[in-house]
Amino acid sequence: MLQIKNLHASIEDKEILKGINLDINPGEVHAIMGPNGSGKSTLSSVIAGKEEFEQTQGEIIFENTEISEMDPEERAHKGIFLSFQYPVEIPGVSVTNFMKTAINAHRKANGLEDMPANEMLKKIREKSESLEIDRKFLSRSLNDGFSGGEKKRNEIFQMAMLEPKLAILDETDSGLDIDALKIVADGVNKLRSKDNAVLLITHYQRLLNYIVPDVVHVMIDGKIVKSGGKELALELEERGYEWVKAEKAV
Amino acid sequence: MELKEKLVSSFLAFEEEYTGSNDDLHKIRNQAIKDFETIGFPNRKQEDYKYTSLKSILKEDYSLFPKQENTLEYKDIKKYFIHEIDTYDLVFIDGIYSSHLSSTTHDKIDVCLMSSALNKDLYKPVIDNYFNKIAPKNGLNSLNTAFTKEGAFIHIHKNTMADKPIQIINFSTGNESSLLVQPRNLIVVDENSHCQIIERHQSLTDQPVLTNSVTEIFADKRAIVDYYKIQNDKLSASLIDNTYIEQKSESFCSVHTFSLGGKLTRNNLNFYQRGERIDSTMKGVTIIEGKQHVDHNTLVHHIEPNCESHQDYKGIFDEKSVGVFNGKVVVEKEAQKTNAYQSNNNVLLNDKATINSKPQLEIFADDVKCSHGCTIGQLDEEALFYLQSRGIPRKEASGLLMYAFANNVLESVKIPEIKKRINKLIALKLGVELGFNL
Repeated sequence: MLQIKNLHASIEDKEILKGINLDINPGEVHAIMGPNGSGKSTLSSVIAGKEEFEQTQGEIIFENTEISEMDPEERAHKGIFLSFQYPVEIPGVSVTNFMKTAINAHRKANGLEDMPANEMLKKIREKSESLEIDRKFLSRSLNDGFSGGEKKRNEIFQMAMLEPKLAILDETDSGLDIDALKIVADGVNKLRSKDNAVLLITHYQRLLNYIVPDVVHVMIDGKIVKSGGKELALELEERGYEWVKAEKAV
Repeated sequence: MELKEKLVSSFLAFEEEYTGSNDDLHKIRNQAIKDFETIGFPNRKQEDYKYTSLKSILKEDYSLFPKQENTLEYKDIKKYFIHEIDTYDLVFIDGIYSSHLSSTTHDKIDVCLMSSALNKDLYKPVIDNYFNKIAPKNGLNSLNTAFTKEGAFIHIHKNTMADKPIQIINFSTGNESSLLVQPRNLIVVDENSHCQIIERHQSLTDQPVLTNSVTEIFADKRAIVDYYKIQNDKLSASLIDNTYIEQKSESFCSVHTFSLGGKLTRNNLNFYQRGERIDSTMKGVTIIEGKQHVDHNTLVHHIEPNCESHQDYKGIFDEKSVGVFNGKVVVEKEAQKTNAYQSNNNVLLNDKATINSKPQLEIFADDVKCSHGCTIGQLDEEALFYLQSRGIPRKEASGLLMYAFANNVLESVKIPEIKKRINKLIALKLGVELGFNL
């Protein structure tokens, strides 16, 4: 589904990603772990098409199409979704209307008519109930004054509404208490199927107890230095990252 | 001949034409033309006009009195009315009252013409009390006063709520040539009374039109006045709007100004608080592009204690457009416990667009709350990326962000149909299809 080959990316001439290779197949859940500043969030932003980063080398192939030159919205229309580490507050636009706009933008890009209002409302109701989101919350301005946990839950709600092929969750677990974490994990697990994939970016093993990954990658200084099964996450939790660095140096 | 000379020399002929019985008016006008002759038009050497030059609009050879009366068909101009609701309408074409497009009343409230108010004995007490009382002597006001002939006269009697909003619409057809029009409005709202007014200046020609409008508003004790100015004119039309509002105790006055088009727009908006527990609210949305120029020059004069003023102006400037915000708040020594709030936020969409923002606070009292803030920025790239990553195209995403930015100014609009209309105009301006109500 997603093939990343020798990906290099910089910001203001500073190289952050230094040759990333990653292969994600449909149905898989991958986790990328690594210390602060290793480039994990940059990788997720580059896949989603953030223009601030300059892709200097390499290829990003999504469903057999090279997407490096595509705008973020085109990538979204192809089925890539990024759950933000810090969702942006937009006063004056309600969650519901934002969702309507986003869904209809997807439909328009795929040559479909706007979703009928009753269908839209039904879908919003279903998805928000399954994530235990209060009705009142939907008429509030997008992320405006939301708590950290509410913002993250709102990201997963958006994901559930948009039903992407590839969901990238950037530190979605940070700022969540254990109950909220379970709800969010449950939301992600519901999305899992043989046709779509999930890329989790996280500091902690905690989330991986609830969303069990097929592959765990360790990212250090802009490179994936080690990959393994879900047991690698436990080892990292126990031993930290130093041993990986040491192993790499040897 | 320069415009000033032309105006002064035309005055005699204008006065000779006047056949009314009001001798006082005669004197007022004669004095005003003398004042104008002495003072002249404002120029950039004056602090208040530092960022706005009138030169380019004063060089035209304006026709002062249209030679023929022009008629318009309602169906052709319906879109300029807030026609979704029932209103009283005062419609002027090239400065001349159009009775077939208007709907006036004398039932409990007077919604009629300045020309008749100036000449009928019935209205003399009101004219004597209020006409030309708060507009200070300056070039533009004096010019308008000298040529005062027509405009809106609105008098809401004591304990009366106007049963529907009042629209004042000035059309310019300028079929013959460029045109100078000078409407003069007087609005008197007595104790415990309430009215809503919508004002619009609309050119229908590509010939240059300059409007120099003066409006005096008096809000007596506990009166409520909501005023909406819709400025979305042609690129050949310029407007100098001079509005003066005097408020008595416990009155509420709000003015919303939507500046969405025109060559040069200058809003001189002045509030004088003569009483206690008064509330004055000024809100504005400016969205312009090209070489358009919009200048908001506001004054709130806090004279007595325990009063409030709120100013919130938002601007979005694209291409080479220029915005000016000059907000002056004066708090007199006696005006303790004043609460004055001022905010001016701007988004520049282009490197060549300009905003000059100048808050001016003169505070002589020591127990007051005065705040002011001004921001100038671009659209937040992170917010744009967020919306784009949800599949919303960049153009629509920036429209949505700008729309959200301007949105809170619309929140205080009390007539839903105006809110809807402005929503639509803004969406149109920003080139986005808003298939939903925000």
